[in-house]
Amino acid sequence: MKTCKIIIAEPSPIIAAGIEAFLESTNRLQVVSMVDNFDSLHERMIVHKPDIIIINPLMIGFASNSIKQFMQNYQSTMAIALVTTYFDRGILKHFKEVIELGENKQKIINKIFGLLDNNDESSSQSENFDLSNRETDVLVCVAKGMTNKDISDMLNISVHTVITHRKNIVKKTGIKSVSGLTVYALLNNLVEESEIYE
Amino acid sequence: MNDTKTQISENTKMAELILSNPNLMLTLSRFGIELGFGDSLVKDVCKKADVNTAFFLLICNLYTDQNFIPSTDDINSVNINTLLSYLSQSHKYYVEERIPHIENHLNRIVEACPKKFGVTIERFFKEYKQEVINHFSYEEDTVFPYINALGDKSLKKSFSIDEFKCNHSNIEDKLNDLMNILIKYLPAEIFPKERIEISLDIVDLSSDLKCHTLVEERVLVPFVELLEKQCHENM
Repeated sequence: MKTCKIIIAEPSPIIAAGIEAFLESTNRLQVVSMVDNFDSLHERMIVHKPDIIIINPLMIGFASNSIKQFMQNYQSTMAIALVTTYFDRGILKHFKEVIELGENKQKIINKIFGLLDNNDESSSQSENFDLSNRETDVLVCVAKGMTNKDISDMLNISVHTVITHRKNIVKKTGIKSVSGLTVYALLNNLVEESEIYE
Repeated sequence: MNDTKTQISENTKMAELILSNPNLMLTLSRFGIELGFGDSLVKDVCKKADVNTAFFLLICNLYTDQNFIPSTDDINSVNINTLLSYLSQSHKYYVEERIPHIENHLNRIVEACPKKFGVTIERFFKEYKQEVINHFSYEEDTVFPYINALGDKSLKKSFSIDEFKCNHSNIEDKLNDLMNILIKYLPAEIFPKERIEISLDIVDLSSDLKCHTLVEERVLVPFVELLEKQCHENM
């Protein structure tokens, strides 16, 4: 598992040092930089390209727009809000996760790990193929020559849902015919030859 | 008269017509027209090759303008033999030339693929080829004889062009699927150059088939509907 680079952006040195101490106790998380003012933040973001930034929203400001702008500027970095005072939900919803001052070490670390695991899952899925797990199940059935009714019985979903999944599969792969989808499933190692041609 | 017709007329130079619409090149052999026409006009080239000029222009219009709808006069002036022989020639051209050409290219890719992939791609194309052959034989064996019978008023069995309209299956979709497989999903290292060539061939075939379908839907079908109506009136 590769280590995750983190920048902590928090004006209060005590809080920043505390968070850093928490994170450094794991070997997966590495704090690459501590920033206490917004002006030097941009340069640090460019230099380190962190996986995660733990940032006090106060540093960006209270306007929802400036928060949105911030997220857009650093799309490859996941932002966690470090909340030291009251913030409106409308602002916090822009962050992937929220850490509050009252939380203990384990809870904070679990939140960060959870975020990383989620991200791994979704990025590795989009590398192989964009289909969701359920769509993949349906695709495999289609490749095996099953009818919509068969598929609905086997996966315990309605025929209507099967059709919706099939529509999405066609949209995502660009392949309409069953035999084309079969080739696709084989190329992606989702089915074995022996399972489709008898 | 619509715009396209003023652009393509019997007095256009054949070379000019082909150079500005290179996709027409594929139709020439079906008319038995050979290249090397110098500065001859469309009507002269057609006359020399014994091709009905009006029909040739009708096909050109459909190939160059997807929105072109032939007028009733256009349809009325179609000669039954010219139309059916053109369609048969097109079928022959696809089945005997274009598809084998793509198949040859594809076979080389298939050989370079890991066996598992190769087998399925080969099978996919074989199925497609069979589908196209079936599609055309239905037309040649069922639809065309019916039209001929309508033409010489010797109609016995009951069939209607409506049946053809309903059964007219789409033979371009699978080509599109094959393009997606070649471009998006086949591992990059497998014959990249060959794949580009074959993809270009598929694009050509696919757009030609689309035009062919247009000819059937916008010329053949209304033409036969007209014949059917005349037959009905005479009964």
